[in-house]
Amino acid sequence: MRDSLSRAWKSDFIWSFSRSPVAIVSFIVAVILIGAAVLAPLIAPHTPFDPGTLNLMNGFSQPMQPNEFTGETFVLGTDDQGRDVFSTILYGMRISLFVGFAAVSFAMVLGVSLGLIAGYAGGWTGTIIMRIADVQLTFPGILVAMLIFGIAKGFTPIHLRDQMAIWVLILAIGLSEWVQFARVVRGATLVEKNKEYVQAARLNGRSAFGIMTRHILPNVMGPVLVIATISLALAIIAEATLSFLGVGAPPTQPSLGTLIRIGQGFLFSGEWWIILFPSVTLLALALSVNLLGDWLRDVLNPRLR
Amino acid sequence: MAEVVLSVRNLRVEIPLRRSVLCPVDGVSFDIPPGDILGVVGESGAGKSMTGNAVIGLLDRPAFIAGGEILLNGQRIDNLPREAMRRLRGKEIGMVFQDPLTSLNPLLQIGDQLRETILEHLPVSKKEAADRAVAALEEVGIPAAARRIDSYPHEFSGGMRQRVVIALALCAEPSLIIADEPTTALDVSVQAQIIALLKSLCRERGTAIMLITHDMGVIAETADRVAVMYAGRLAELGPVREVLTNPSHPYTNGLMGSTPLASKGKKRLNQIPGAMPRLDNLPTGCAFHPRCPQVKKRCAVEPGPDIESCGGRAACWFAGELSS
Amino acid sequence: MLAYTIKRTFQSFVVLLVVGLVAFSMFRFVGDPVDNMLGQERTDADIERLRGQLGLDQPFPVQYLKFLQGAVQGNFGVSYRQGRAVSGIIAERLPATLELAAVSAVLAIVFGFFLGVFTAIRRDGWAANTIMTLSLVGVSLPTFLIGILLIYLFSVELNWLPSFGRGDVVDLGWWRTGFLTASGLKAIILPAITLGLYQMTLIMRLVRSEMLEVLRQDYIRFARARGLKEKTVNFRHALKNTLIPVITVTGLQLGSIIAFAIITETVFQWPGVGLLFINSIQFVDIPIMAAYLMLISVMFVAINLVVDLLYFSIDPRLHAGSSEINN
Repeated sequence: MRDSLSRAWKSDFIWSFSRSPVAIVSFIVAVILIGAAVLAPLIAPHTPFDPGTLNLMNGFSQPMQPNEFTGETFVLGTDDQGRDVFSTILYGMRISLFVGFAAVSFAMVLGVSLGLIAGYAGGWTGTIIMRIADVQLTFPGILVAMLIFGIAKGFTPIHLRDQMAIWVLILAIGLSEWVQFARVVRGATLVEKNKEYVQAARLNGRSAFGIMTRHILPNVMGPVLVIATISLALAIIAEATLSFLGVGAPPTQPSLGTLIRIGQGFLFSGEWWIILFPSVTLLALALSVNLLGDWLRDVLNPRLR
Repeated sequence: MAEVVLSVRNLRVEIPLRRSVLCPVDGVSFDIPPGDILGVVGESGAGKSMTGNAVIGLLDRPAFIAGGEILLNGQRIDNLPREAMRRLRGKEIGMVFQDPLTSLNPLLQIGDQLRETILEHLPVSKKEAADRAVAALEEVGIPAAARRIDSYPHEFSGGMRQRVVIALALCAEPSLIIADEPTTALDVSVQAQIIALLKSLCRERGTAIMLITHDMGVIAETADRVAVMYAGRLAELGPVREVLTNPSHPYTNGLMGSTPLASKGKKRLNQIPGAMPRLDNLPTGCAFHPRCPQVKKRCAVEPGPDIESCGGRAACWFAGELSS
Repeated sequence: MLAYTIKRTFQSFVVLLVVGLVAFSMFRFVGDPVDNMLGQERTDADIERLRGQLGLDQPFPVQYLKFLQGAVQGNFGVSYRQGRAVSGIIAERLPATLELAAVSAVLAIVFGFFLGVFTAIRRDGWAANTIMTLSLVGVSLPTFLIGILLIYLFSVELNWLPSFGRGDVVDLGWWRTGFLTASGLKAIILPAITLGLYQMTLIMRLVRSEMLEVLRQDYIRFARARGLKEKTVNFRHALKNTLIPVITVTGLQLGSIIAFAIITETVFQWPGVGLLFINSIQFVDIPIMAAYLMLISVMFVAINLVVDLLYFSIDPRLHAGSSEINN
């Protein structure tokens, strides 16, 4: 419904947004966090993963207090190796968001294409695609992602494993989330396929590809946008979980999940800041994207619940 | 007992919206004496069902009764506390819904649903309630009632289910039944049976009926009096014969012209041009004036007159001058 | 009913065959099993002999059949990393996971159900609104953060409960249980809450939305119009109809509890199969991964099957042989 999308945009979209404090706050938080991640090299006071700039003497500095040896002050403190926690969070968020966006884009392209094919072509192709989707759906996404990660890791040569980890992660999370897209797009395609304008386009000799992209695709953009937003929150959490479990981003390219994994080791020795700040950042990121998705769903397509 | 079972005075229902207030029922007044059947007709959205729901106290939020009075057997009921109103429902006012397929709980045997209603309202033992449940089913013409009482709703056909629904509405012997489109969802062949059943049962007990329908044929056959509603207001109110043969409101006239009644002969059906206005976009003056063939200047400015105040039957300034 | 049962069982069987194929392909194609089993000093003769022993020189379908044969008998080969039979390692660790999953499931179902009904009935009350808002936070909160938070509160700050491990276990011969010792019971509290909380939130939201949907139905209006007490309407009429869809999804949730146990077990170093699986991924220990995949699939498919059959037997509308009275 390109039509309904633009109509919703004009009449209700802005209005509903301005009346929803939750949406406004979520939006502001998300924009700040994403902006900070994108601009990390400009904002971050240190480059935490350049060993040359690290000073072990700065290790375990408390937040906002000058280090007892060097006198340097770190806003959110430092970890055991003297890395500035604030900077690691900014760079970690970059990884988390990159994996999240890339995985969702991958899932979206894959899911939308397969959904269009399954709905438009139907027949054996459609049945096979949807059967795979059904089987995959009986397993939780995070488990599917772990398995794919494990298998892909098995295929990666050992000396490349750390370098490839981020891409393997994107592949795994993307493959675990395509089903939702495919199901919605297939459902909408089945409905649209039999409408007169599509029939007319077919009679006019439009190719199947042309009909799918020109006529059917615009109609499913609303729901796809909603699913993409909610999937982004899921992907961020999935990435953090995998990295936390040690089967995601490597310590050389730590995401928020990796930082929390590292921080867990200092929970008992009293260095609470090493784990607290990355956790809060992750929570703020996931929650704001989730709430935005929720709100978007209510505005664009209340029936999608 | 009072002269009338149900008396509705100047009823007004409002629905507050985020930017405005809708008024799906406005200034509606009517009486129903014992044993009488009042037919309420109108297009969908005219406020028929909303009026019925207001009487039985089941308006869906955010709709609420904003003005007027509802009296049942002389006692005011529109301002009763929830619990008192709850005890009145089923006991004094029964209701029959449109779709018998959805108005019975699919997971409970019909016997369970009958017995729970009887036990709720009548001071009887469980054994007596069970006997009464079977008797209620027999009364509405369910064959082998004693055996069928343990069946689930899906084991009955549509017409049979509506009989069960009627048994449920009548089992505590209420003095008023509100039947909201009781035959619309049924096969044509079954409709007449259900209407006849409802009518005979109520005649026997002196139960008043408020029969909500959009079917003029049903009204002509069943009702004693008829109330015609348009855009939340009463257009015309009077004895069925008179209203049908000699309508005084142009809307009723148009409605009659567009209904295939046997008595009207083989004339071509007319239609009323345009559509009923949406509640959020009511015209000024008389709500019907943009579609009225007899429209005069006054109609666009002033709302139609109060039916009672002008002594007639219709809320129209020119009720007497209607040319057929 | 019988025909339906047979059909569903057959479908489950097909799913297992497909998963088996995936597991087998992992075995066969991810890395070279011979590479993994032989050390650096190997000869071509060694490799040939091992290939023969493992049956790798036979055609693919034959190998697959052999794999299935072994899988049915619980034989998944030898762990690359520990050098012991996979079946033994899993049997040793399974009780820990099952006990944890069972306690979490009970917590999730009992509280999720109760809160869901409560928030549906009191849908505009402040308590219900607060619970709903909290549940949204709960859904966004990753499981491992909940675990860390609980550890920080109850182990680090209050020092009431242990932060890792299973406590003392009692060996019953074929099953080692933590339920019979005080330290075992104390140890399961935090992991069970961590694992159950997310599922509880989901069940609660599901029960709530299903119940609200049911409360909108005509038969609920009709029950009200018959003057039934609010309590009767809510608990006799609405609840029963809510149960049917809820049972389906709740059943599937129970399956995911076993999968999500992976996360909880890692946070609390709980010695179950989930922790084993994570370690096997880290070290690319394919036999363990394949065995875990098969194990969890069997559980999922079994749960799915039971849920479906249960659903079928609860709803009278689905019973075969119901007659209709006609007019």
